[in-house]
Amino acid sequence: MDARTTSALLYLDAVSVSFDGFKALNDLSLTVEAGEMRAIIGPNGAGKTTMMDVITGKTRPDKGDVYFDGSHDLTSLDETQIAELGIGRKFQKPTVFEMHTVEDNLRLALKDDRTARATLAWRETAAEQARIGEILGVIRLGPVRRRVAGSLSHGQKQWLEIGMLLAQDPKLLLVDEPVAGLTDVETHQTAELLREIARVKTVVVVEHDMTFVRELGVKVTCLHEGSVLAEGTIDQVSANERVVEVYLGR
Amino acid sequence: MTSSPLIRALDRSAVTFILVLVAIGVIVPLLNLALPPSSPWHVPTYLVALWGKYVCYALLALSIDLIWGYCGILSLGHGAFFALGGYAMGMYLMRQIGTRGVYADPIRPDFMVFLNWPELPVYWYGFQHFAYAALMVLLVPGLLAFVFGWFAFRSRVTGVYLSIITQALTYALMLGFFRNNFGFGGNNGLTDFKDILGFNVQAQPTRAALFAISVAALILGFLICRTIVASKLGMVLISIRDAESRTRFLGYRVENYKLFVFTLSACMAGVAGALYVPQVGIINPSEFAPGNSIEAVIWVAVGGRGTLIGAVLGAAVVNYGKTTFTSGLLAPYWLFVLGSLFVLVTLLLPRGIVGTVRHYRGAWRERRNAAHGRGAQAAPKPAE
Repeated sequence: MDARTTSALLYLDAVSVSFDGFKALNDLSLTVEAGEMRAIIGPNGAGKTTMMDVITGKTRPDKGDVYFDGSHDLTSLDETQIAELGIGRKFQKPTVFEMHTVEDNLRLALKDDRTARATLAWRETAAEQARIGEILGVIRLGPVRRRVAGSLSHGQKQWLEIGMLLAQDPKLLLVDEPVAGLTDVETHQTAELLREIARVKTVVVVEHDMTFVRELGVKVTCLHEGSVLAEGTIDQVSANERVVEVYLGR
Repeated sequence: MTSSPLIRALDRSAVTFILVLVAIGVIVPLLNLALPPSSPWHVPTYLVALWGKYVCYALLALSIDLIWGYCGILSLGHGAFFALGGYAMGMYLMRQIGTRGVYADPIRPDFMVFLNWPELPVYWYGFQHFAYAALMVLLVPGLLAFVFGWFAFRSRVTGVYLSIITQALTYALMLGFFRNNFGFGGNNGLTDFKDILGFNVQAQPTRAALFAISVAALILGFLICRTIVASKLGMVLISIRDAESRTRFLGYRVENYKLFVFTLSACMAGVAGALYVPQVGIINPSEFAPGNSIEAVIWVAVGGRGTLIGAVLGAAVVNYGKTTFTSGLLAPYWLFVLGSLFVLVTLLLPRGIVGTVRHYRGAWRERRNAAHGRGAQAAPKPAE
């Protein structure tokens, strides 16, 4: 590995991505320190999901640098390698394995040897079982552990996916719209859950819901047209004139 | 969940199924060999060969179900691997003919003499040894599948595009094998076999033994597939089938998993083809016809994909139907029957025979558990 170039856990510098001429990301620069929780807000089309795609290797940037942990150049790795480095992602639309039970979803996500040979000979250890029980407790899905994930409610699927992120034991969690379509109570519980996770992990949350972001109480970055518009506490950002303009239309 | 993968593989339906197969593999040859033809229980030799053919088809169907039903890879060219295994066996059988051929050449098969080929091509070397031919039965389809899959899965070719390329693969092979200068007997293929391992292929005991061996191969194939789908590897395969990119973001190397099952499946298809050839007595390029591969996919769809047992059952049922239909007044309409069968199954029975039975049985069990108040853990209602 090369020497560390930055102290930040996640470092994006002048990243640009365009799709057929449309600039989804335009000179985006962003750093997230280890142990930090960061909320990313921005109107539709601001480039939030594209940014996630670039970090997780789904989309290659046209130019710019993306470094993880100071030494891993994410632009040269694919999804699997990036996941192995310790970046976990929750998708905008909850994506769980619908045919598997809740338990099996977590089992598949648990940090373990991911080669075909290892999975063929795999036997569950007591430690793994205990860890699954623990995560089920955190995401409050213990009572439905044997149900197939496809039969869960929308909110339960969101949590199961967060649980899968936890099982992966990543260094960095990217959480895309965790409260979309949730009730107020569930939104509140999710904020609590994420704050709990953020105590030991670095978390980047993309979200539209301002009440939720306020509840998280963390540093906020507002994206607009593919670059950073404002950064700071939620009060600073929401007082920013440009931000108000962008959100309310000019 | 902590038991060994093989133990996990043998659930009750798997054990029952294996016992049924063992019974068929023992009883059919016995009824053929031990009873006189006059007995009402006697199974005539032509039926043993016919059923043996079904068993080989069942193994092919099983290999398709492993990749399609569990990993979502719809191969419309699996007939190619079947035929390649068949050709490898056919080459061995040709070399066994020796001086008993029409032209009585000790080395060259008849078609080479007829085409005035001065000597045996290099790729025919070694096929006089059964062990070598048996190795090729696994190696040739396996290697082709590996190379094909390596390129296809690495470039992330999926879904209908992959299906189309597999069709092209088998079609290209068919055109190649039709050519005389390809060296595999052109459109006549390989036939007129005499012995296998010193036994007359036509003889009644050989036929009975081939049937039993085919059933044994089917049982072995079923065991391998069950072990895989019941392991964590099987869980990953289903994950790939249902949410491929999610699986990738979890850190699984999707292409390696696909490559593994695809290659294994091709080897199984090759074995099926190798057992098929001595029982039908011929292998020719029409086995590569795209239609054959599609038909095999229909067997799996009818029986129920993602069930393994369904694939075997589907192959037997559809082929029994084919034999019945194509030998009577309705013969010209068989393709219409097959086509409508596929359409009807897709529309009305999307889970196939076994899948539908399992679905309703599962639902019934859940209701019964709920009625007895034991559903607390199995099916509580969502909280909200």
